[in-house]
Amino acid sequence: MKFGIIVFPGSNCDQDAYYAVRDVLNEPVEYIWHQDRNLKGADVVIVPGGFSYGDYLRTGAVARFSPVMEAVQKHAESGGYVIGICNGFQILCEAHLLPGALVANDCLRFVCKYVNLLPQSLDTPWTNQCREGQVLRIPIAHQGGNYVADAETIRSIEENGQVILRYCDERGCVTEAANPNGSMNNIAGIINERGNVAGMMPHPERAVESILGSTDGIAILKSIVGWGRRAKESGRIMAPAGAAGLG
Amino acid sequence: MPKVSVYVTLKPTLLDAQGRVVQTALENLGYTNVEGVRIGKYIEVELAENGHNLNEQIDEMCRKLLANPVIEDYRFEVSE
Repeated sequence: MKFGIIVFPGSNCDQDAYYAVRDVLNEPVEYIWHQDRNLKGADVVIVPGGFSYGDYLRTGAVARFSPVMEAVQKHAESGGYVIGICNGFQILCEAHLLPGALVANDCLRFVCKYVNLLPQSLDTPWTNQCREGQVLRIPIAHQGGNYVADAETIRSIEENGQVILRYCDERGCVTEAANPNGSMNNIAGIINERGNVAGMMPHPERAVESILGSTDGIAILKSIVGWGRRAKESGRIMAPAGAAGLG
Repeated sequence: MPKVSVYVTLKPTLLDAQGRVVQTALENLGYTNVEGVRIGKYIEVELAENGHNLNEQIDEMCRKLLANPVIEDYRFEVSE
């Protein structure tokens, strides 16, 4: 599986994501500059964390209109895999590739710490390497990670199993005290209806080696590699445009 | 040259954490009758005259970029 990592002015987790893919997953990876209009044959696009365009106006609002985002939109529409992490999640919501939006943390502070996450819907491209009831310890670092959506949207994403990660305590209980930012229903990560697009506020790429404090992020990254490979082999999901000819 | 004033506010259904803090600060100053504070954005846009329907264009700019209709409401005024 080839990975492409989008680089916006102000991205600051692009190198961490690159390292995690190349050195931990051992998968091919390339940076894609925000002015590029093609995805260099990437099967999986990572929209990384950071402060794209200085978070001006709203987080993700300006990045969403970068030339590269048109290609990302097409990639997603043709079934290609896209994951937005932190600022990337905000950008994908602004681009309407994911439902809802992320607003200021209810505590109004930048929160940078490890959180506990309960993976839900374990048969998605992004969670299939997680075990039932497993609690993932992955860091967050954001000021605007408070997931909101109207009541109808919340009902439909809950019913469709589109919530893939929820903030919980160390025993896996989803409590108000374990919610670091006020997100509705403790939502930390979601997917689109089709499942090929994901967004999450926590940083799996920062939890890939024990020296970093946790290796729990690997489960998320390995999930997409395994899933994508199986899908390619079985022809279950249309290969994304531009990936033709890749081994 | 038309000057546009755009007001963007969080939808009333969403909790405005900043507004809540400011409300508490006002109460602490002794203003006991403050029932609510909500904080929004004010954006000034200057436009060159053109033949297009100005209101339609501004509305489109608001929907596309200046506001996120998922979480925000907007209104605008045009002055010369």
